[in-house]
Amino acid sequence: MSSERARPFLQVQNLTKRFDGAAEPVFEAVNFSIRRGEFVCIIGHSGCGKTTILNVLAGLDQASEGTVIMDGREVAGPSLERGVVFQGHALMPWLSVRQNIAFAVRSKWPNWSRAQVDAHVQRHVEMVGLTAAIDKKPAQLSGGMKQRVGIARAFAIQPKMLLLDEPFGALDALTRGTIQDELLKICAATQQTVFMITHDVDEAILLADTILLMSNGPRARIAEIVRNPLPRSRQRATLHHEPLFYPVRNYLVDFLVGRAATLAHGRAPEHPPEVTPGVDSEPESGRSAPAISFQRAAAAAAAPSIH
Amino acid sequence: MARLDPQRLKAAALSLLLLALLLGIWHAATLPKPGAGGGELTPEQIEYAKLLGKDPGADARKSDGFPTLAQMAETVQRNLSRPFYDNGPNDKGIGIQLAYSLARVAAGFSIAALVAIPLGFVIGMSPLLYRALDPFIQVFKPVSPLAWMPLALYTIKDSSISSVFVIFICSLWPMLINTAFGVASVRREWLAVARTLELRPLRLAFEVILPAAAPTILTGMRISMGIAWLVIVAAEMLVGGTGIGYFVWNEWNNLSLTNVIFAILVIGVVGMVLDAIFRRLQRAVTYVE
Repeated sequence: MSSERARPFLQVQNLTKRFDGAAEPVFEAVNFSIRRGEFVCIIGHSGCGKTTILNVLAGLDQASEGTVIMDGREVAGPSLERGVVFQGHALMPWLSVRQNIAFAVRSKWPNWSRAQVDAHVQRHVEMVGLTAAIDKKPAQLSGGMKQRVGIARAFAIQPKMLLLDEPFGALDALTRGTIQDELLKICAATQQTVFMITHDVDEAILLADTILLMSNGPRARIAEIVRNPLPRSRQRATLHHEPLFYPVRNYLVDFLVGRAATLAHGRAPEHPPEVTPGVDSEPESGRSAPAISFQRAAAAAAAPSIH
Repeated sequence: MARLDPQRLKAAALSLLLLALLLGIWHAATLPKPGAGGGELTPEQIEYAKLLGKDPGADARKSDGFPTLAQMAETVQRNLSRPFYDNGPNDKGIGIQLAYSLARVAAGFSIAALVAIPLGFVIGMSPLLYRALDPFIQVFKPVSPLAWMPLALYTIKDSSISSVFVIFICSLWPMLINTAFGVASVRREWLAVARTLELRPLRLAFEVILPAAAPTILTGMRISMGIAWLVIVAAEMLVGGTGIGYFVWNEWNNLSLTNVIFAILVIGVVGMVLDAIFRRLQRAVTYVE
């Protein structure tokens, strides 16, 4: 574990994005890292550049400054090593579910036979429970089913890392819950490394091992890194009975309601402190000393008082 | 198709009724008028006509000019029973004339598609080229294709190829503009998916952009085909020789209105069939988002 931490799977260093004509960068000096097999959620208000960060990780967008290193290599463009699930599912409407996933599979393994591709496709369609709808077109599917196809497509290319851009934002609560459970199960089974954007605090607590809290833009930063103290065996149905659920939840909501705004304009620290709500400090009492980086946490705690 | 939709039945019945009404009006309007024909002529006039070698009765029948339904039916029957006869340059069956026109349209339209679709692809992909070529498209698009005819005749020196060129020019613009527009408005998300899958340019073009833009491209082709079929008649009237347009002009010179009316109907039906083919194709590539 400690050696993993020394050389993280994904390392984001000093990432900054400045759009043309804007006086201030949307975000600057964004630093964080992700371990292999870790599920990371990023939370922040709209406009702080979460999607841009995800696109930079995917290689679809370029940062103005800073680097992203995945598995020892710099991310320079889109790659089959990183699967992306888009906000609006992004399925090709002229292809059936089977063809949509086969399209991705053939890109990854161009030399596979038709039978190999089809077997692989069927396995992943089954994984998201859509076998009955495998030959339907996306237009014939509900929003939740479409998003499932998007997830199956991303998993089917067996990427080293999965990037999800608020995948459940447009779904109703019931559907969202079911798919969250499925995603949790699949990720546990495949040891997938995941980076996901969400606006839903409960979703983050359920899915993520680590939650990155982003301050508001412009000059947004990762303000804090929250380690989820809940056991990895957590489930949606019993989540709210976990003794640490509410401390964590309150901590996240407090951040979004209060500190996210006061930490805007680059007032958040460049190197965010790690906190584990409900374990190493009481959120109400100033979160004095997370074990890992005492000074940084203190700096972060002091930041709101500047305002 | 087999299901009988009452709404559709009603519409069909109404169409038939309108047709009957139209034919009835035609029939009534072309009835030999009792007071207007040979009955008015005095015996002296009849004798004078006979002296001049004219048949006064025939004159009375022709005096109204516009053909009767019976004459029309006879022409239709005659043309349809021998569509492919060839009695020399000025007397060919309607089938042969149609074949000439369709061949010219097919040639001009195909060449236009071969030019417009790849070019539209490139223009749609490159905003720079889009802007660079836009002035040319804007200037040449509104020009009546027939205005190119003298230039074509002068440079090509062949009337038949010149009409193919005119079809080419008129089919070009809708296909070019629609292809460029369709390619330029492919959803960015699909392109992002393609990029994350590291698609090669050829696969990107044929498996993402082409199917995504196909409905728009087919719309352009359908518009082009409609215009081409309009223009071929006029072009053939100008250059003469063969084709359905020349047939119309020739029958006007023969003062055979029944043949002109028959040609109008044929042009309409063929145009409808061409449009139906492209509508079918369009439906085949259209997707629901």
